[in-house]
Amino acid sequence: MSDNSGGVTYYINHHLTNWSIGDGGFWTIHADSLIVSILLGSLFCWVFWMASRNATEGIPGGLQNFVEMMIDAMNKLTRDTFSGHNPLAAPLALTIFCWIFLMNLMDLVPIDLAPETMGALGWEYFKILPTVNMNVTFGLSLSVLGLIIIYSIYYKGAKGYLHELFFHPFNHWSLAPFNFVLNFVELFAKPISLSLRLFGNLYAAELIFILIATLTLSYGLFEVFTSIGGIALLLGQIVLATIWAIFHILVIPLQAFIFMMLTMVYLSMAAESH
Amino acid sequence: MEINATLLGQMIAFGIFVWFTMKFVWPNVSKAMQARQDSISDGLAAAERGRKDLETANEKADEILREARQKANEIIEKANKRSNEAIEEAKSTARAEGERQLAAAQAQIEQEINQAKTELREQVVTLAITGATRVLEREVDAKAHNDLLSDLAKQL
Repeated sequence: MSDNSGGVTYYINHHLTNWSIGDGGFWTIHADSLIVSILLGSLFCWVFWMASRNATEGIPGGLQNFVEMMIDAMNKLTRDTFSGHNPLAAPLALTIFCWIFLMNLMDLVPIDLAPETMGALGWEYFKILPTVNMNVTFGLSLSVLGLIIIYSIYYKGAKGYLHELFFHPFNHWSLAPFNFVLNFVELFAKPISLSLRLFGNLYAAELIFILIATLTLSYGLFEVFTSIGGIALLLGQIVLATIWAIFHILVIPLQAFIFMMLTMVYLSMAAESH
Repeated sequence: MEINATLLGQMIAFGIFVWFTMKFVWPNVSKAMQARQDSISDGLAAAERGRKDLETANEKADEILREARQKANEIIEKANKRSNEAIEEAKSTARAEGERQLAAAQAQIEQEINQAKTELREQVVTLAITGATRVLEREVDAKAHNDLLSDLAKQL
C-alpha cells in the first residue's frame, strides 16, 4: 500500500534502486548498502565485544553463553577443516556468518518501511537490504578470493603455488597453459559462485516480497478496506507475505551458513598441498 | 547493477570487522573458556581423587571394623572362659566351705552329744541318789559317797 504514483513498475524500480552518491561511474557509492552493512557489522562487533569484555570464567550469563556457543562452534569448525593452528580462520568464519546473517535479516524488515521512512526524511531512494547489492556480495567474496591466494602462497610458497597453477591436474609441460586456464577458471569460479548465490537468493526473496506487496498497490488506503476485492487482496497479501517470510527464516541463516562454510572449505583447500 | 566503489568500501569494512573480532573478541572469550575448562577438569580430577580417597577410607574402615569385631570376639571368649573359671572356683570354694561347715557342725553335734551324755549321767546319778535316799528313807551323806557316785556315773 504505497502511494500510487507511477504504478507497479515504478514501485518495483523504486524499491530496488540504491541511494547513490557520485556521478554513476566507478567512484559512485551506494551509501545505503554501505551504511546499513557497516552499522550491522558494528552491531555484531559491539555485542561480541561487550560479551568478551565482561567474560568471566565463572557461570556465564545469557549473552556470554550465546557468544561462547558461537565461538565454540567456529573453533570446532576450524579444527575439523584445518590441520594445525590457524588463528584467522575461526574469527573469519564467525564474522562472515554473523555479518551476512544480520544483513540478510534486513530482508524481513517490511519492504515499505525503510524507503517510506527515509523518503519522508528527504531521501529519494533507500534500499535497506545490503545483500541485494552485487557490490556487497562481491566485496565479501573477492576478500575471500584474496585470502585464498594468500593462504595458497603462505602454505605452499610462491613457487609451489605457481607450480600447482601450471602443473596440476596434468603434470606435463605441454599441458601447462591448459592447466593454467583450468585452475584460473576454478579459482575465479569460487568468489563468483559465492557472491552470486547469496545475491540471487536474497534478490529473489526481496523481489517476491515486492511483488506480493503490489497486490494491493492499485487500491487506495480507503478502498482497500471498503471493497470486496480490496479486502480479498489484502488478506491474500498478508497470507502470502507471512508464508514467504516464514520460509525466509530458514533461507536467511542458511545462506549465511553456506557462505561461511564454503569460505572455510575453499581456504582449507588452499591450505593443503596436492 | 553496476560495480562501483561500494565494493572497496565493503572489502575494507570486512577486513576491519574480521580484524576487530580476531583482536578484541576472540582472546578474552577464549581465555575465559579455557580457564573454565581448566577449572572444570581440575574439579573433575579432584572429584576423582576424592572418590578414590573415599574408596580407600572405606576399605580401611572395613578392615578396622573387622579387626575390632575379631578383637571383641576374643575378649568375649576370654571373658567367658574367665567367668567359667570363676564359677568353677566359686563352686569348689563353696563345696570346701560347705564340707568344712558340715565337719564343724558334726563336731559340735558330737560335742553336744557328749555334753548331754555327761549331763544325763550326772542327772542319772542325782536321780539314783534321790531314789536311793527315798529307798533308805534316810539321808545319805553325799560327801561320804561322792567317790562311789562318781565311779557309778562313769560306768553309765
